[in-house]
Amino acid sequence: MKFSVNGKTVFADETLAGKRLVDFLREDLGLTGTKNACDIGACGACTILINDEPMKICTRRLAEVEGAEILTIEGMARTDGTLHPLQEAFISAGAVQCGFCTPGMILTAHAFLLRHPNPTRDQIRRALYGNLCRCTGYQQIVDAVESVIPYYQEHALRSHSFNS
Amino acid sequence: MSGLTNSGWRNDVRAKVTGAAKFTDDLHFADLLHAVPVYSDEVHARIRSIETAEAERCPGVVRILTARDVPGSNRVGQIIRDYRIFADDKIRYNGDVIAVVVAESREAAMQAAKYVRLDAEPLPRVLDPADALAPGAPLIHEQHGSNVINTHRVRRGDAERGMREADVILEHDFQTQFVEHAYMETEVAVAIPRGDGVIEIYGSMQHPFSTRRFTAACLGVPLADIEIVGTPLGGGFGGKDDTAAVVCARAALAARLTGRPVKIRYARDWSIRESYKRHPYKVHYAMGVTRSGKITAVRCTIVADGGAYCSVTPWVTWRSTVQCCGPYVVGNVQCDTTGVYTNNVVTGAMRGFGSPQMNFVVEQMVELAAEKLGMSAVAFRKLNMVKQNSVTITGQKLDTHTVAMGQVLDAVLKEIDYETKLKRATRGEGTEEEMYGIGLAMSYRGVSLGAEGVDFCAAIVNVQADGSVILEAGVHENGQGSETAMILLLAEELGIPADTIRYRRSSTSVIPDSGTTVASRGTIMGGGAVCQAAAELKRTIARSVAEQLSTVPEGVTFSGGRVRAANGESVSFSEAIAYMYSHQQFPYALGVYRAPQVTWDEHTGQGKAYFTWVYGCQAVELTVNRTTGKIRLLNAVAAHDIGRAVNREMVLGQIYGGMAMSIGYALHEEVKSDNGIIANRNLNTYRISRTLDLPPMKAIIIENHDPVSPSGAKSLGEPANEIMAPAIANAVCNATGRRFYSLPIRFPVQTKVPRREEVQA
Repeated sequence: MKFSVNGKTVFADETLAGKRLVDFLREDLGLTGTKNACDIGACGACTILINDEPMKICTRRLAEVEGAEILTIEGMARTDGTLHPLQEAFISAGAVQCGFCTPGMILTAHAFLLRHPNPTRDQIRRALYGNLCRCTGYQQIVDAVESVIPYYQEHALRSHSFNS
Repeated sequence: MSGLTNSGWRNDVRAKVTGAAKFTDDLHFADLLHAVPVYSDEVHARIRSIETAEAERCPGVVRILTARDVPGSNRVGQIIRDYRIFADDKIRYNGDVIAVVVAESREAAMQAAKYVRLDAEPLPRVLDPADALAPGAPLIHEQHGSNVINTHRVRRGDAERGMREADVILEHDFQTQFVEHAYMETEVAVAIPRGDGVIEIYGSMQHPFSTRRFTAACLGVPLADIEIVGTPLGGGFGGKDDTAAVVCARAALAARLTGRPVKIRYARDWSIRESYKRHPYKVHYAMGVTRSGKITAVRCTIVADGGAYCSVTPWVTWRSTVQCCGPYVVGNVQCDTTGVYTNNVVTGAMRGFGSPQMNFVVEQMVELAAEKLGMSAVAFRKLNMVKQNSVTITGQKLDTHTVAMGQVLDAVLKEIDYETKLKRATRGEGTEEEMYGIGLAMSYRGVSLGAEGVDFCAAIVNVQADGSVILEAGVHENGQGSETAMILLLAEELGIPADTIRYRRSSTSVIPDSGTTVASRGTIMGGGAVCQAAAELKRTIARSVAEQLSTVPEGVTFSGGRVRAANGESVSFSEAIAYMYSHQQFPYALGVYRAPQVTWDEHTGQGKAYFTWVYGCQAVELTVNRTTGKIRLLNAVAAHDIGRAVNREMVLGQIYGGMAMSIGYALHEEVKSDNGIIANRNLNTYRISRTLDLPPMKAIIIENHDPVSPSGAKSLGEPANEIMAPAIANAVCNATGRRFYSLPIRFPVQTKVPRREEVQA
């Protein structure tokens, strides 16, 4: 099986076809930014982007994403360490506390802004409805997403373009 | 100095937005084994045997542990040692763990767990504290002699006389529910048997020292043989103490017996099933008031469901008892509190720690009283609330800090335009489909542990030869940003940039036992210790370099990255440090902050319960749909006096997050029990607040530096989470005319409202 993860081509043995995608990323590729928290797709901590679509992957098998382009939180920043403006926005808005929901939250927001570069605050809240956070009350998360709208308006982007 | 204000910076935030932060489950070790807990279907039963032979034959299984394998004590606890690492004599609740399966993979362990068999004689289930207290009730812990875990009381003045002096007596019963912490990260532990005989533990827990005590007791080894290493924590909220510590102890035992690293990661189902919850309370409350609105007496009985084990029920209920009248001066009080064993899930510490329940009661009682008297509830509060030099119901004079009750109340009233909007409240009248209401609640809260326990904290500052600094404090980073707060305070004290300071994740083998990071004590206690360490370090540096600067040590100051004398001479901080090293002196300091003395007389329930207090007020606007009963929150405002904001963005986050959690408590959170078995064991059925459940929130920070706190800062984590439920209850009453005496607040017709998911689609 073959797919692209954070811009790199990855091959996986057919015997792994039934493995949970979240476990493959975490165990086989060492991409532990994608979290396990409910195992039933209820909380969004395992959200990644598959062909620019946000997906909760704790219930997905590896075979389901063959050939796909995958973006995880580890692929958001440039390889030189420059943070994506959305990551910067999470920092300056104080949107991070324990940080366990943060990767899924950032990727969900990223996918949303790619499709809707001019959202209202209410649309942002709606987009993040499936991602749970127990620390922040979401307010600074929504602030962060709102603050980065100009960047997405300027750059009609695909998920990987920040890195390429 | 205002150098503390920063925009969102945290020492750990880059790692958290890039996925680089390593939580416990993200750690991998060669030769790692995986372990899983095994539960039974029982709720209350006497164990005859636990059969593991069949499970042991399953592929990949390395070892199965039961109570028989515990070399030390199988029973642990912070107050009463009744908490079982493995069920031994009885099953006392459905979350009791009968065995742990250790295998080459987590899947193999889970598969084998199905073949562990329990042979047990079912016993009658005691699920209501009233039944547990009835004569002849089955005992949960036979050797304890009764189902009463503990009692507390307050006796002030003469409650009977106070009631006689009242013109009106109001009497009501209130009830609250079991609540799950729902930290996003479940319990995880990794234990590594080191070559030197020490077991090293990385764990998702918020009390490293308690974890060490439990683990050492379990293994029957000295404390020094266990090292708990701090790891980023995916939320705690008070919930990662006892249960999380026991999970670590089981991993340690597995590591000891197999000689290999062992990881236990809890599935959400197990976490909700086994971990302790916030106590459900039943409160009978009588309040006497005069026609002019003065409270003359309070008489209340509080019964807390402690579940199957003691945990910290005596401490939780103590705070409820001390704060049973809310922030009001009452001369005649009789309060009797009982913590009760049942076969329900264990209850223990949760953000608020006995205050959310009592505030739900008291903040509705004051509104009920005002309404009865035909008086404004705000005026009633102002008349009775604590003011400067007031004496609390336990006889403590509030004269060591600014009593900011009126200040926070006024701030909220003004911000939300309360009095004007209250006139628009529909009170169930009219014909509009959306009924409108506004409500508020306020509290004061004793800071830190108070008379619950010994309260002191350490910090170590270790300046390196190049002037860079390593800091470690005895408080734990639970996700709230405590490490960053400690760094910012030290940077300010030493007059150096924050980015020259590295926080060393604490290890129980380095920092002295500073207690647990609960009770909103992180900033005040940890910050106090950091300030003391900084003061000590500055004295050391000053003694060393004073002569170089042609001054005396007392004349040396620290600012702008330099060490200065009043005569204008100065050296850079790093030059001063280099000078010390070259003269055989270490720029190293241990700082200790000891909480000021508190007192308590358990018999009378009188004393200086807490060394200082914080003050908070929150208000909310909402609508209630006349047909569906659906409650929609429109706006929320909070004001908190926290002494001093060390990290403004994080302070705001604590307030918003506290309100969000409290909104869940008010409207949709409830651990449901089906005859003693928890029915909603994942985040699809246990509903925490989501984005669309929450209104826009406004937080007002009020700073009255506290003289007894070396940093001036006090507490916030819990105050932010203890008054939104009564504010909502009051607003719902102002909207509908209907008062809710139990949580969560739900109109019966609301079952007809479509589920959120359907609304979404």
